[in-house]
Amino acid sequence: MAKKNPIQPGPEGYIPTPAAFQGCDLPPPGKALLYGEIVDEEVAMREAAKALLTRRNPTIFPGPLVLWGWNADAMEKAKAVLELAMEIPNCRIIPMPDYRPKYPKIDPEAEINPNHPNLTILHNKIEACIFVGVHCHYANLSLRMIRAGTNCFTIALCAEMGHEDAMVSLRDVHADEIRKFRDVVVEVRKELGIEWEPKLPPENPSLPKEDWVKISPLDFGEYAYLLIPRRGEIVEESE
Amino acid sequence: MPEQRVVEPDYLLLEAPREKKFITGSQAFAEAVKRANVDVAIAYPITPQSETMHLVGDLYAQGYVKDYYRAEEEYGAMSAIAGAVRGGARAFTATSGPGLLRGLEAIVSWPGHRIPAVLGVMTRVVNAPLSIQPDNVEISYLLNSGLVVLHAENQQDVFDFTLAGFVISEKVDVYLPVVVATEGFFVTHAKGYVELPPEDMKLPPRDPYKAPVPPTDCEIPPARIQRDAPVQKSNFMSYLIHAVWQQEVWSANRRAAKWIKHYLGGLIEVVNPDAEVFVVASGCAAAQGREAQRYATMEGLNVGLIKVKSLRPFPVDEIREALKNAKAVIVPEHNIVGWLAKEVKAAIPNSGIVVDGPRVYGGMTLPVELIMEEIYKAFGIKKEKKVVV
Repeated sequence: MAKKNPIQPGPEGYIPTPAAFQGCDLPPPGKALLYGEIVDEEVAMREAAKALLTRRNPTIFPGPLVLWGWNADAMEKAKAVLELAMEIPNCRIIPMPDYRPKYPKIDPEAEINPNHPNLTILHNKIEACIFVGVHCHYANLSLRMIRAGTNCFTIALCAEMGHEDAMVSLRDVHADEIRKFRDVVVEVRKELGIEWEPKLPPENPSLPKEDWVKISPLDFGEYAYLLIPRRGEIVEESE
Repeated sequence: MPEQRVVEPDYLLLEAPREKKFITGSQAFAEAVKRANVDVAIAYPITPQSETMHLVGDLYAQGYVKDYYRAEEEYGAMSAIAGAVRGGARAFTATSGPGLLRGLEAIVSWPGHRIPAVLGVMTRVVNAPLSIQPDNVEISYLLNSGLVVLHAENQQDVFDFTLAGFVISEKVDVYLPVVVATEGFFVTHAKGYVELPPEDMKLPPRDPYKAPVPPTDCEIPPARIQRDAPVQKSNFMSYLIHAVWQQEVWSANRRAAKWIKHYLGGLIEVVNPDAEVFVVASGCAAAQGREAQRYATMEGLNVGLIKVKSLRPFPVDEIREALKNAKAVIVPEHNIVGWLAKEVKAAIPNSGIVVDGPRVYGGMTLPVELIMEEIYKAFGIKKEKKVVV
């Protein structure tokens, strides 16, 4: 017989059984997953909000579909993510900018990486987190590894069909749905009597200060060679 | 070529009017490709598959398929398919027996790379001595790779499974290659009635951005999104990444079940669910099992049939439920290793009721009489065998 609410915060152990192997199905449109069970969206949102408001170091992990999806939808979604972050007391944002293994090692304060998502969680003592804008396959990898080795409560805001391995998974989530979730967070926050003035998360001290005027060839990563710069040259203009 | 209009997959597969045609299995594959809005088909000849890819080549000439070429050999064909799919194309190819094994290293990398392609496998002998007959031992090589594997009983299944295969493989919660296997010659070169939807309709084009992985390498500069980074940079993986990657592939495989139920009416078909003795079979053996069930019913024996349409995901729960009151289970197969019997035994708690066989291989046909013999044994009926000289 299937276990009730099988997907709980970990640590689950050395290698957890995937939720799909435990008989958890993805939710149909209009529904959500809570601890591996299909429930109404509102129920899942309220439980997620409670976790974000009561557990240590709530953190949002925006992925490439928010960070680099240079289209109107992604930009609106990114704005909605910031609006959500503003309403969660002491929320942080740690990006998942890409999926490459990091050389020589990950900087857990600068970013989260699907090869070692647990390291970022453990280093920052994160007990509640949101995945948004991460490609489904990589979100699933990360969510399962987090469940294996940490006690973090995971929330997946998925633009597609959802994720069985998150404690809370909402599907078909775009900017409007993120704002709906933000409203639920505010509502639950008031119910819990938590006082908070909305404000943006602090700048990440581990990231270099952005200079919006000058672009360095280094900003182009391994494409830098395409610019054929001289050593130390700073590109003042680009098309 | 008629002007084709794009229609929704549910309409094309489940609702569109159908017209009955009398065609071969190879033609059924081609008819599915004709309606699947395929971007690229890559071929390498091997019997009995050659005719199918020849017909798909004709579709290219007629404009139904956007690109088509003959690869240098099977490994090249299967690698090129992977490249085309990574580039955003919808792709089809087919192979048989030794050709499948030659391409196998590339094929089994498809699920891990999340390649949604459709592969037709027209089974034939792979073991020496050389033969081109339709033994299906090669399917056993596919069962442990993460691919979705459907096994077609007849020409109608070939059409339905192939067209649905494109839709299922591209679902974002699946995103795996789909194999449509059927017995070479018995199905590919024989004619049967097939209900076909209109040829002036086709599936919507593939949307590569609807994917659980970045659609292609170098997608979003300045941060380079490497498509399969953990696969290719093993030195900097965590201990767990390979394990969870494989788990994710198999999770996706399980998620395919609901789409197979939606588009193909279930993972299994059950005839006479209250039977005492069941024949459990897939592919051509299911057709013979169907005949045995019919004969047995005419003789007053309470026999049922379970046709296994989906070998991966394997319908463990469905088979267990269907066989919960069975006294004996006969598993006829077209191969020597008995891969289906092993799966059925593993799926039920009382595996001792499973009869290993009958099995034929190396190109022998599977007479209904062989299955009937096992049915008689299961009921304790003795039949005399007489040789009249």
